Amino acid sequence: MKELILILVASAIVNNVVLSQFLGLCPFLGVSKKIETAAGMGGAVIFVITISSFVTGLIYKFILEPTGFAYLQTIVFILVIAALVQFVEMFLKKKMPALYQALGVYLPLITTNCAVLGIALKNVTNGYNILQGVINGFGTAVGFTIAIVIMAGIREKIEFNDVPKPFKGSAIVLVTAGLMAIAFFGFSGVI
Amino acid sequence: MNKIVERLQNGIIKENPTFVLMLGMCPTLAVTTSAMNGLGMGLSTTVVLVMSNFLISLLRNVIPDRVRVPAFIVIVASFVTIVQFLVQGFIPSLYSALGIYIPLIVVNCIILGRAESYASKNPVIPSIFDGLGMGLGFTLGLTTIGIVREILGAGQIFGFQILPLADAATKKAGYTPITIFVLAPGAFFVLAALVALMNVIRSNAAKKGKTIAPATGCLAGDCESCGMGSCSGKTTVSKTSETVETKDKE
Repeated sequence: MKELILILVASAIVNNVVLSQFLGLCPFLGVSKKIETAAGMGGAVIFVITISSFVTGLIYKFILEPTGFAYLQTIVFILVIAALVQFVEMFLKKKMPALYQALGVYLPLITTNCAVLGIALKNVTNGYNILQGVINGFGTAVGFTIAIVIMAGIREKIEFNDVPKPFKGSAIVLVTAGLMAIAFFGFSGVI
Repeated sequence: MNKIVERLQNGIIKENPTFVLMLGMCPTLAVTTSAMNGLGMGLSTTVVLVMSNFLISLLRNVIPDRVRVPAFIVIVASFVTIVQFLVQGFIPSLYSALGIYIPLIVVNCIILGRAESYASKNPVIPSIFDGLGMGLGFTLGLTTIGIVREILGAGQIFGFQILPLADAATKKAGYTPITIFVLAPGAFFVLAALVALMNVIRSNAAKKGKTIAPATGCLAGDCESCGMGSCSGKTTVSKTSETVETKDKE
């Protein structure tokens, strides 16, 4: 139990996926203009990464490892993730219209998120079992949500600031991300 | 011959993926802690780009249009796996430095972007050189950013001490490294400076009446333009961004 909590805290805060691993930068910069959209994106990422860590964990443990095809993990994982996101979208649309209403528009954006593949590969390199992998995926996605919501909050304020002309747009967002990364660096001694 | 030179020039200068198009930011930020890592990552990506452009261009009339993106992904992922094993076998130090970012070459926007926009429509030889030009442009970008970060963060280039370090104990004057530039936050600052610099260059060029290709991908706020977003088909994707925007307005 203690180990699982450690994995959760480490993946969510200490090794924050965006600010120290640089995975999922695309939505972090692209969908962080408003807090509501950022939170919606975060919710969808939590949903997808948790499911995909579980599915890729199952596939690695019960198909790739016993048959000796572990070296094909990159190819298999990326196809599984691409198919999974489409499937999740169809399933939500059909069975859970309320949840689809909330998260649906963000789901196609997630396929471009390298964090999903990154977590699946990381679970394998770190030798996590399926439960640890799911916890790691969930924690990482929570970390992504924390980062993108904070960023959206700051960006809503930046709108009213007098930013030097060359830094308008994505440059000032990157500076902000750098300052946030310094702040998150403070957690590095925790574990 | 002209075509080959034009393609190389296009990739390295006119549409340089790092400086001009601003693509593939994920590895750009993550692995440029030193010039050597940047060079290694750039060359690995170049090999994948050239090989996948070659094969995709060769198969461009065989692959049905409807399943082209999954087919491209499988081709790219196969070459990435091969490169991963080559690096692991022959340059283990680079493999441990780059780690998970080598398999993540699969989701690099540049590779699927070139496959989709060039290799799937053009003959084999220009496609190979398109990949080579883009790859070398990417390598140039990563190595340059790596050099800047390494000088500021450690006073070194490719591991050689360029700036003599200050030593407090012996009161020796010298350079005090700004360690943050080889850490995660430094990557964001260097990239921010680069984006701002490109904005200045762009506006100066615009004043002179020249045009520089606009930035695409993540930094232009265009998330779906790259990677697997095109899997779900152009129409759903553009519809999605519209829905997100209308949701924004509400």
